[in-house]
Amino acid sequence: MEKPMKKKSIALAGNPNSGKTTLFNELTGARQHVGNYPGVTVEKKEGYLTHNGSELHIVDLPGTYSLTAYSEDEVVARDWLTESRPVGVINIVDAANLERNLYLTVQLLEMKLPICVSLNMIDAAKIRGITIDADKLSNLLGIPVVPTIARTGKGKNKLMDKVLKLSRDKRGNNAFKISYGDDLDNALMEMETIIRKADLLTENWPARWIGVKYLENDAHVIEKGDKVNLEVSEQLKAITQKVARHLDATLDTYPEALIADYRYGYISGILKQGVVQRRKDANRLQLSDKVDKIVTNRILGPLIMIAVVYGLYHFTFTYSEIPISWFERFFEILNGFVSDRSPDGLFKSLVTSGIIDGVGGVLGFVPLIMFMFFGIALLEDSGYLARVAFMLDRVFSAFGLHGSSVMAFIVSGGIAGGCAVPGVMATRTLKSRRERLATLLTVPFMNCGAKLPVMALLIGAFFAENQATMMLIITLISWGGALLTAKLLRSTVIQGPSTPFVMELPPYRLPTLKGLFIHTWERTWQYIKKAGTVILGISVLLWALMTFPQLPLSQLEIFNQQKAVVMQAASPAVTQELETEALVFSAETAMLRRKLATLDGQEAEAALRYSVAGRIGIVLEPVSQLAGFDWRTNIALVGGFAAKEVVISTLGTAYSLGNVDPEAADSLSDTLKNAPGWSPLVALSLIIFTIFYAPCFITVVCIAREAGSWKWGAFSVIFNTTLAFTLAVAVFQIGTAGGFLGG
Amino acid sequence: MSLTNMRQMKVNQSGTIVSIKVAGELGRRLRDMGLTRGVEVTVQGRAPLFDPVALRVRGFTLSLRNNEADYIEVEVSE
Repeated sequence: MEKPMKKKSIALAGNPNSGKTTLFNELTGARQHVGNYPGVTVEKKEGYLTHNGSELHIVDLPGTYSLTAYSEDEVVARDWLTESRPVGVINIVDAANLERNLYLTVQLLEMKLPICVSLNMIDAAKIRGITIDADKLSNLLGIPVVPTIARTGKGKNKLMDKVLKLSRDKRGNNAFKISYGDDLDNALMEMETIIRKADLLTENWPARWIGVKYLENDAHVIEKGDKVNLEVSEQLKAITQKVARHLDATLDTYPEALIADYRYGYISGILKQGVVQRRKDANRLQLSDKVDKIVTNRILGPLIMIAVVYGLYHFTFTYSEIPISWFERFFEILNGFVSDRSPDGLFKSLVTSGIIDGVGGVLGFVPLIMFMFFGIALLEDSGYLARVAFMLDRVFSAFGLHGSSVMAFIVSGGIAGGCAVPGVMATRTLKSRRERLATLLTVPFMNCGAKLPVMALLIGAFFAENQATMMLIITLISWGGALLTAKLLRSTVIQGPSTPFVMELPPYRLPTLKGLFIHTWERTWQYIKKAGTVILGISVLLWALMTFPQLPLSQLEIFNQQKAVVMQAASPAVTQELETEALVFSAETAMLRRKLATLDGQEAEAALRYSVAGRIGIVLEPVSQLAGFDWRTNIALVGGFAAKEVVISTLGTAYSLGNVDPEAADSLSDTLKNAPGWSPLVALSLIIFTIFYAPCFITVVCIAREAGSWKWGAFSVIFNTTLAFTLAVAVFQIGTAGGFLGG
Repeated sequence: MSLTNMRQMKVNQSGTIVSIKVAGELGRRLRDMGLTRGVEVTVQGRAPLFDPVALRVRGFTLSLRNNEADYIEVEVSE
C-alpha cells in the first residue's frame, strides 16, 4: 500500500463543470481511488502522480462555487485545505466563465494558500471569442496562471512544474488583500488585532480571514471560536453586530452581502485591465443557448426529455440483460457443478442456496449498476441532466423533492421494471441533503423488475380481463404513493426548508470516454466492495431462517414411508424406467413421478412451515388476516425481503407445488385462483402491500450506505412495512365491508 | 426605467439588479453565483411549467425558482 502521509499533497479545487475531474483523471490516470471523507457522504477522490521524480499525492476536492459553511461539500473542501496543509493547490478555472470562477480563487487567496491557477478550456473559450492574457492575470493576482486543456492534457506538465516550484518556495501570495470598503475594513482591522492578541484559531487560518468569516456569520468558524475562547469570540460578534447595524442604517445592506459585492468588484476590476479580450458580446447567444431554445422549449422540451429518459432506461435495462444472463448462466453452472458433486444435505443447501445464490445476487446487479452509472454520467457530463432538473423541478419541488430526483425514480422502476439498487445509487447526483434523503426513502415504492412477476401472477390469476388497466393503476399508485410519502417525510422526519435550487445550466459538452469509464468503474467497484460483503451475510441469514429448524426425523420418516409405499405399489419395470433419464416416460411411470413430486412438495411445505420463517408466518397470521393474508402469504413476504421475486417461489413451496419458475407461474396462478381464502380483494390487498412494504435487503443496505447511517436503512424497513400494512388493511376492510371484489 | 420583481420579468428582458433582500443560505447562494447589486441579467427562458427561470448573468446561465427570484429587485427599461 502506498502511504499518502509521506508524500506531498496537492489539492485540486474549482467550480463544478470547470473540468476539474477531467484534469484529475488526466494527471493520475488509473492511479486513483474513491472513498469518503470521515463522517460525511461526500466522495473523496485521491490519486498519485510522479512528476520530475517527485511522488505527489493528489486530492480532487468536491467541486464548489464558494467556501461557505452552508453546504457539506464546501465545509469538507475548506476543512481539508485547513487540516491537510497541502503544499500546493491547483485552482481550475473555466476560461470561458472567468468572472464567476475567480470568486472561488479570491477566497482561496484569502486563506493564504499556495495557489496555482489552471486556466482551463482555453480552446472552448476561443471558440466563444474569448482570449485571456494569462501573464497579465498572473501578475495581477500574484500567483502563477497556466493555460490548460484538460481533455487533451495540454499544459499539464507546465502546470505541474509551476506547482512543484510553488511547493518548494513554500509560499503563496501572502500580500493578497481585498478592500471591503471603509466600514468593513475598519471593523476587520479591529478584529485582526483582537484575534492576533488572543491567538484565536490563528494556527489554522490567517487572522483577517477569520475576521471576514465572523462578518459573514460563518456558523462553523464561529462555533470553533466559541469553543476556543468564548470571551474573545463574543467581542468579535459584537463588532460584527455594530458594523451590521451601521450598514443597515446607512447603505441598507449587511456585511455578508457587501463582502460578496466587493469580491465581485475586485474581480471585475482585474478583468477590466485588459485580461479578457472578447470578439463577441458575452451575453450573445452561444451554440449551447440555441440548443437550449429547443431542448427546454415548452412543448418540445418535455417530449425530448421523455425520449431521453426512456432511452436511458432502455439502455440500462435492455443492454445489461446480456451480461446479466452470462452471470446467471455462470452461477447456474456453478450451482449445478456443486450440486452434482456434493451429497444432499445441509452443506450443499448452504453452499447452493445460501452462498452461491447470495454471491450471484450481489454480482447479478453489477452489469445493471455499470450501465446505469454510465448512462447517468453521460447525461450529467454532457450537461443534459441539469436541464432535466430544470424542467421537472416545479413538479418535484411541490413534494419537497428536487428536479434531479426524477432520475432515481425512473431507474428504480418509475417506468415499470427498473431496480431500486441502482436507483438508490442514482441519488448521488442530488446535492441537497434533505431532498436526497427523501428521494432515497421513496424510490423503493416504484415497480422494480422483481415486483413485476409478483404483480403479473396476481393480475393473471384474479384480474385476467383487465391486465393492462391494472398495470397502469399499479404504476399510478406507486408514483402517487411515492410522491405523497415524500411530502409526508419532508414535513415530518426530514423537515426543513427546501435547499435553494440556484443551479448553473452548464454549456453542453461532449463527455470524455476516459472520464465516463473511470466514473462508472469507481462506482461499481464501491458497490461490490462495500455492499457485497453485507449482502452475502444477510443472504446466508435468510437461507438459515427458511431452513432451520429442520423437520424432526419422525416427520421425515412419515414422508419417506409414504414414498416407499408409492414405489412398492409400482411394478419393477416402472421403477427401473424411473432411474433412466428418458425424455418421455410411459404413462405409468409419469404417474409415479407425479405422485413422488406431490410428496416432495408436501415435504417441502412441511419443512418451510416448520422453519423459523414459517413460524413467523403462522404467528403473524391473526394480525395479517386483517389484510386478508394467511400464513403462506406471510412466509412468501418474508422471503420477498431477500428479493421480491422470491415471493413467487416461496408461495409455490407453501402450496406444495415444488419449485415454481417466476417467469412461468401458471400452475401457481391456477392454484391461487381456486385456493380457499383467496379472492380478487385479497390479491389487490397483496398488490398494495407488495408495492409499499420493506425494500429488499440489498436496497436497504444501499440506502444505509447512501444515507450514511444504518438508522435510515432500519427506518425504511419499519416505516415502509407499517405503511404497506395500513394501506393493505384499509383496502381489505373497506372491500370486505362493501362487498367489493368478492370480499 | 422602472423597478420590478425578477419573477415579473419576461423572456429576453434585461435589467440591472438593484437589491437582493434575503439573508441566510439562499442569499449566500445567490451572491456566490454572481447575483450582486449592479449586475446585469437577462431572462433567457423559463421551464415548461413556467418555473424555474433561466438567467444569463456574468456570461453564464443560472436557473432559480420563482420563489427565489421574488427576493430580487431589478431595474428594467420599458
